[in-house]
Amino acid sequence: MTRYLFKRLISLIASLVAASLVIFAMIEVIPGDPAAYMLGLNAAPDTVAALRDSLGLNQSLPLRYLGWITGMMTGDFGISYTYKVPVADLVAARLTVSLPLALMALLLSTAIALPIGILAAARRGRATDLAAMGATQLGIAVPNFWFAMLLVLVFAIHWRLFPAGGFPGWANPAEALRALTLPAIALALPQAAILARVLRSALIETLGQDYIRTARAKGLSRRQTLTRHALRNALIPVLTILGMQFSFLLAGAIIIENVFYIPGLGRLIFQAITQRDLIVVESVVMILVFAVILVTFLTDLAYASADPRLRTPR
Amino acid sequence: MRPALALGAVLSATALAAALVSLIWTPYDITTLTIAQKLQPPSAAHWFGTDHFGRDIAAMLMTGARTSLSVALVAVGIGAGLGVPLGLTAAARRDNWLDELIMRGNDLVFAFPSLVIAILITAVFGPSALNAIIAIGIFNIPVFARVTRAGALSLWTLDYIRAAQVAGKGAARISVEHILPNIANLLIVQGTIQFSLGILAEAGLSYVGLGAQPPTPSWGRMLAEAQTMVTLAPHVALFPGLAIVATVLGLNLLGDGLRDALDPRLRRRG
Repeated sequence: MTRYLFKRLISLIASLVAASLVIFAMIEVIPGDPAAYMLGLNAAPDTVAALRDSLGLNQSLPLRYLGWITGMMTGDFGISYTYKVPVADLVAARLTVSLPLALMALLLSTAIALPIGILAAARRGRATDLAAMGATQLGIAVPNFWFAMLLVLVFAIHWRLFPAGGFPGWANPAEALRALTLPAIALALPQAAILARVLRSALIETLGQDYIRTARAKGLSRRQTLTRHALRNALIPVLTILGMQFSFLLAGAIIIENVFYIPGLGRLIFQAITQRDLIVVESVVMILVFAVILVTFLTDLAYASADPRLRTPR
Repeated sequence: MRPALALGAVLSATALAAALVSLIWTPYDITTLTIAQKLQPPSAAHWFGTDHFGRDIAAMLMTGARTSLSVALVAVGIGAGLGVPLGLTAAARRDNWLDELIMRGNDLVFAFPSLVIAILITAVFGPSALNAIIAIGIFNIPVFARVTRAGALSLWTLDYIRAAQVAGKGAARISVEHILPNIANLLIVQGTIQFSLGILAEAGLSYVGLGAQPPTPSWGRMLAEAQTMVTLAPHVALFPGLAIVATVLGLNLLGDGLRDALDPRLRRRG
């Protein structure tokens, strides 16, 4: 296990270095002069020069890269050019909205997907299965921002049950949760459809195994074998998907946060990109990539500690 | 033919036909603005109604199909064109540094939040259909590389490949002559899935204003423009959304159906 851990750790560090190089190249090298890019076409040359100076752009590329990386490692993500506050504070503030939203969407998608997936697998090939799988196909095909518009039309404008957009802050938790409900539903629907399909196929795969037949032969009912044996084993691929979905929900809510004017991480990146605030973009993208790489690393470790076969090289 | 496969084929063919027919004919000219006719509900004259400029929505959807389908199709082409050779190379050089390098490179692309990078690319290089294609295409590369490598790896252990090696054929020739034809099924299925994902991605990018630019119509931008009018005239938001759903659903059903039809093992398992 130690050797495996060491190998995975080296690969984790290599991935992070490679990712940081790609992000640095994309943001600081490809656009040419970042200062001129940030200020736009009509900027006066001395304003550009002043910004170049304050951003440290007159240093060599390797020095700038090292400065950025060491800053990130010590929690100094730089000062946002448009908001004039530390990027770390901005990210922390936005996470108080994005994290609960992602969690709500994840809980909701699991709550929808589990019964559908189990029911479809238990009644495989019958009308219930066909209806459930048809519904999931539809769920995958619906663009979530369009679904969000329909939700607003029905539940916010027609029935006035939820606000059409905005976020009142956490001072009143009930109102805050109400504001996050429609966005969470819009985010959860396609995720639930994918999850239900994965769960169904994992369950069907498990139900075909010999030990399930043994359990049935020993007198366990269909329902008992399903819940006690099959579901537990089928949860592994489901957990993998859930892990991936969580990091997706954190960053992938960009469009939904824009539809509902929710001040989350996604809207922060989108606004930073459109306002050409490269300092915010660079750091936030790196944080998101770091989160994804770390989640993958931890998932791999969890599997390896549970299943010794995964530790041995191919 | 299975009903789902048939439905998928019909829906996909309809979208394709709408895009192709729009090259030579649309019910109305979409460049002519008739403000007097704005936001008309669906009628015999305008099947799907008119938008805020009085343009016929059916004609806009037909022309928009061209943007959506071509962006997604070229993005699949980029993904397959670069991903398949990478996957074939990785499988031919399995467990060698080259394989490791290609696969770790793939993992790296997967670690990037695709939508964020797509938005970043279009923001840095300017919003356009071409940059949307590149942004979507980049994320198709690792998908095709993985599918190709996985399919090719199992083939490399088979006797007829060994026989080809013994006969003196090189890895590149074996990959092209023997491996590629045998994983074509896998690639076609993956291609349909990426095609449908590409349509969703293009719609998302156009919706936030980073895809095809006016006056080129696109389904995503039609939805963005409809957002402020949705209470006045819900049909403006309804039909572009339905067009996306129908096309994506059609391609997904087609992909699933083809996989089942092309793989005899799945045919039995159902």
